[in-house]
Amino acid sequence: MNVNANTLNEDEFFYGHKACAGCGGSLAVRIALKVLGKRAVAVLPAGCMSAVGFNFPQLCFANNAIISTFAGTASMLTGIEAGLRAKGITDFVAVGFAGDGGTADIGIQALSGAIDRDDNILYICYDNEAYMNTGVQKSSLTPFGAKTTTTPAGGNVRGNLRPKKNMFEIVAAHGIKYAATASIGYLPDYMKKVQHASEIKGTKYIHVIAPCPTGWGIAPDESVEIAKEAVDCGLWILAEYENGIFSVNTKPKNLSALRTHIKKQGRFKHLTDEDIDHIESLRDSKWENGGQ
Amino acid sequence: MKPYLRSIKAKWTLQDYPDNTTYEAGYLISKNAGWRSIRPVIDTKKCSGCLQCYLHCPDGVISKRDGAVAIDYDFCKGCGICKRICKLKAIEMEAESK
Repeated sequence: MNVNANTLNEDEFFYGHKACAGCGGSLAVRIALKVLGKRAVAVLPAGCMSAVGFNFPQLCFANNAIISTFAGTASMLTGIEAGLRAKGITDFVAVGFAGDGGTADIGIQALSGAIDRDDNILYICYDNEAYMNTGVQKSSLTPFGAKTTTTPAGGNVRGNLRPKKNMFEIVAAHGIKYAATASIGYLPDYMKKVQHASEIKGTKYIHVIAPCPTGWGIAPDESVEIAKEAVDCGLWILAEYENGIFSVNTKPKNLSALRTHIKKQGRFKHLTDEDIDHIESLRDSKWENGGQ
Repeated sequence: MKPYLRSIKAKWTLQDYPDNTTYEAGYLISKNAGWRSIRPVIDTKKCSGCLQCYLHCPDGVISKRDGAVAIDYDFCKGCGICKRICKLKAIEMEAESK
């Protein structure tokens, strides 16, 4: 079935949470759960979505949901999947929602192990490009030039010096059943990928870019638009990996919009024209490699 | 089906607390309305029911109603994404009055 705004499950599974106004991560979680339905069993490690979703007695998930250790999202998914299977339950999806830090830094070992075992789980990384929950510290998915509290912008060093880790390719290099990138600026594409992933047996990974108004220095109403622009100017590539083959889903519409896209965000305000040229060259070399 | 507001007792006794780390899902005790300084107001005459605001609301407070949409003001935080996403300009942000 084709999922869109009309056919989407009208139930809300993530409601009344305490995320900041305009939070991209909460939109990614809400939409994924609407696609997966009430039989989804959600695992959330330490991070924004567990902090805003479970404030006892305010419990904002309508489906089964549990907080895992920071490093153990994937291993808890493995356990839940094996446990429910052992009890003879089959109509469920074990889904994890970890942030960029919980995926690319702290949880990468457990994730790598789960992919290696090909456990039947869906791992969704909502990427807001820093440890936002604890007050914007750099993660390995923070892009070059971004200002965080641990990579401040000063006279000599201008924000983060390292490029963003390519988590999608790292996951794909395991020979995973299905991996995809998505953006909350392109929700129909994201919903399609979540739906497709839920129908595959084996490990699935979806990496969704989810702007954080607080950490990125944008207005609350801009998060969806910024996520869309990141795709349109070629900075974030919507792609899939399935059966050993990479495919790029969209072509950037407006490569020259990169400069205005960067300048809109408070975290990049300090960057000079040369810095932005460098970001542009990082982007272009990625596209020269076939978008990978 | 969605998490909903419960009336809570003024005082909790030991028996009210769960005896392990599990509890009823979708159990809400507080609203988010107080976070808002502006509120979205829908012009139902302009609304075509395209549901883009319903789809993009991070808090899921917009629901389908009679071919248009309605907002749950108890949980709307006034982020304004719905206004920005609406191509027909059927949503306006109005200041919250005291």
